[in-house]
Amino acid sequence: MTDATGNLSHSPGTPVLEVRDLVTEFTTDEGRLRAVDGVSFALHAGQTLAVVGESGSGKSVTSLSVMGLLPARIGRIASGSIRLDGRELTGLPERAMRRVRGDDIAMIFQEPMTSLTPVYTVGDQIAEAILTHRDIGRRAARARAIELLDQVGIPEPALRARAYPHQLSGGMRQRVMIAIALSCDPRVLIADEPTTGLDVTIQAQILDLLRRLQRDSGMAILFITHDLGVVAEIADRVLVMYAGRKVEEAGVEALFATPRMPYTVGLMGSTPRPGASARPGAARLRAIRGNIPSPRKLPPGCAFHPRCDHMHEGVCTTALPPLEDAGDGHLVRCARWRDIAGVPS
Amino acid sequence: MTAPLLSVRDLCTHFPIRGATPFSARKIVRAVDGLTFDVHRGQILSLVGESGSGKTTAGRSILRLIEPTSGEITFDGADFRALGAGDLRRARRRMQIIFQDPFASLNPRMNVGRIIAEGMKLHAIGDGARDRRDRVAMMLERVGLSADAMTRYPHEFSGGQRQRIGIARALAVAPDFILADEPVSALDVSIQAQVLNLLQDLRADLGLTMIFIAHDLSVVEYLSDRVAVMYLGRIMEIADAADLYARPTHPYTEALLSAAPIPEPGARRARILLKGETPSPVAPPSGCVFRTRCPIAGPECAQTVPGLRQVAPGHRVACLKRG
Repeated sequence: MTDATGNLSHSPGTPVLEVRDLVTEFTTDEGRLRAVDGVSFALHAGQTLAVVGESGSGKSVTSLSVMGLLPARIGRIASGSIRLDGRELTGLPERAMRRVRGDDIAMIFQEPMTSLTPVYTVGDQIAEAILTHRDIGRRAARARAIELLDQVGIPEPALRARAYPHQLSGGMRQRVMIAIALSCDPRVLIADEPTTGLDVTIQAQILDLLRRLQRDSGMAILFITHDLGVVAEIADRVLVMYAGRKVEEAGVEALFATPRMPYTVGLMGSTPRPGASARPGAARLRAIRGNIPSPRKLPPGCAFHPRCDHMHEGVCTTALPPLEDAGDGHLVRCARWRDIAGVPS
Repeated sequence: MTAPLLSVRDLCTHFPIRGATPFSARKIVRAVDGLTFDVHRGQILSLVGESGSGKTTAGRSILRLIEPTSGEITFDGADFRALGAGDLRRARRRMQIIFQDPFASLNPRMNVGRIIAEGMKLHAIGDGARDRRDRVAMMLERVGLSADAMTRYPHEFSGGQRQRIGIARALAVAPDFILADEPVSALDVSIQAQVLNLLQDLRADLGLTMIFIAHDLSVVEYLSDRVAVMYLGRIMEIADAADLYARPTHPYTEALLSAAPIPEPGARRARILLKGETPSPVAPPSGCVFRTRCPIAGPECAQTVPGLRQVAPGHRVACLKRG
């Protein structure tokens, strides 16, 4: 069963991270822009929640909001709550937030090169992260850095600790970022497209590594991605975002077996399946028509309605559909999901 | 069988690079090292590989956008490498390219009509400005945009629409052959599917011949007739797409296919995790370039460079152990 905000009440224990009704806005030349509009989710220890969406869906802004890393002056959390172990993070002063980042929540990004300093060795950078958050000596921090490099699967860690970021490949740099993220045993890891841009054989290595580290430490992972293949591999639960809103949330099996929201169905149809072929006689991809709406000009009602095959004038075009429970905590934001699924209302 | 439209033999593109110090020996990057394949009319051949595999350099060398170091390129029966500047320009009308980045490949100062008509003007296609305008309108509709797009500028369009404009520009000169270099990898998933469907329709309607360069294995499987798997500038395996995906034979192809995530929970294949990373093309391993990461490499693999050997009709593999 779920409560009114759609959080699973039967999940074991209290969530490590709980986000409720998050609204994040940006001030632009053309006025205020709502990048995230009323997103809620709960993340439990040892669990991976994937947030899936395309450009402009608000998935990355959601993670930056949780980290307190919204661009200063332009972006702000307009309302909502972000709780870590019951402790409210919104409104925390920057000093306190800095402690939370690193101590409790760590983040890895898509392009590790831009998050590492080119002028220090990777060993120094990991040691620095440890020294910021732990009361230990420099020598012990160095030793811990080498240990972490070993833990994230970097061969010859003592040697690699003396390397500069540009001397490492993209995959190695991502491992270094993971080592920094892990340096203070965070309970929540936010991974924002951590394998996008990496080769598939390297992506496989990184996903494997994250799974292993999670199994050993029990950390919770918020995994932001656009890739449904990666979702199927890594997620326990999936949240689908479109135009700043949550449009569907379910366990990974349920989501792939019975996607309810036409947008989710469309995303799945857009991804070529193994064995699918466009050679003569084979089916075309079931692409979603039209374009992703600009956050400046969101369609009224359900933001997906101009691209939706199931759109009903007057039903989908006027009011924003509520998030409804389709059973077993499978949440869907679609006014017509019952008709589409053939479920009597 | 009819002669292939494009035939490539032992194509090499090597780049000299400066050494670390002014007087150290010049080194050579073997970006493309001995490619051999044919593309028949109406066929889509994909070059697939990871970063550093040389797939992009290979594509550009075939069009002579980068001059190859050695080897043969035969296009429609003629020696393409022997063409002088004028003949090359004329031949290029028949060989067009679609780029990866729809934001960087369209001139922001030109309106869409001019962008598409430019090639036609260059190659003297169309009977005056009015006729060219009609052709531009036709092209825009052909790629799923409305004709009034021609008076607008690239920044007014989304990534997917810009890629359609890039495709219209390539098609405007009625080419026989298209090189598509990662044409959908910068696009959102839902938009990527639209462009793949468009390429598919164009192939069916116009009988286009294409080399498709990509790293996304499911996209390659979806679109290709034939697939060549590249690693460090060489072809490891080449076969019909269905055959390659059903019976990958080279250990690298096996590992690559097993690494690609499947959008089905619980469907994870037995994964062959490759050790380490692709070596530098400046100092590739002796013998088989893949041997340093290969799970089945033996001592002989360091000695001999394996040639492509046929393991089934149309299916060739460069491996001493599996060939």
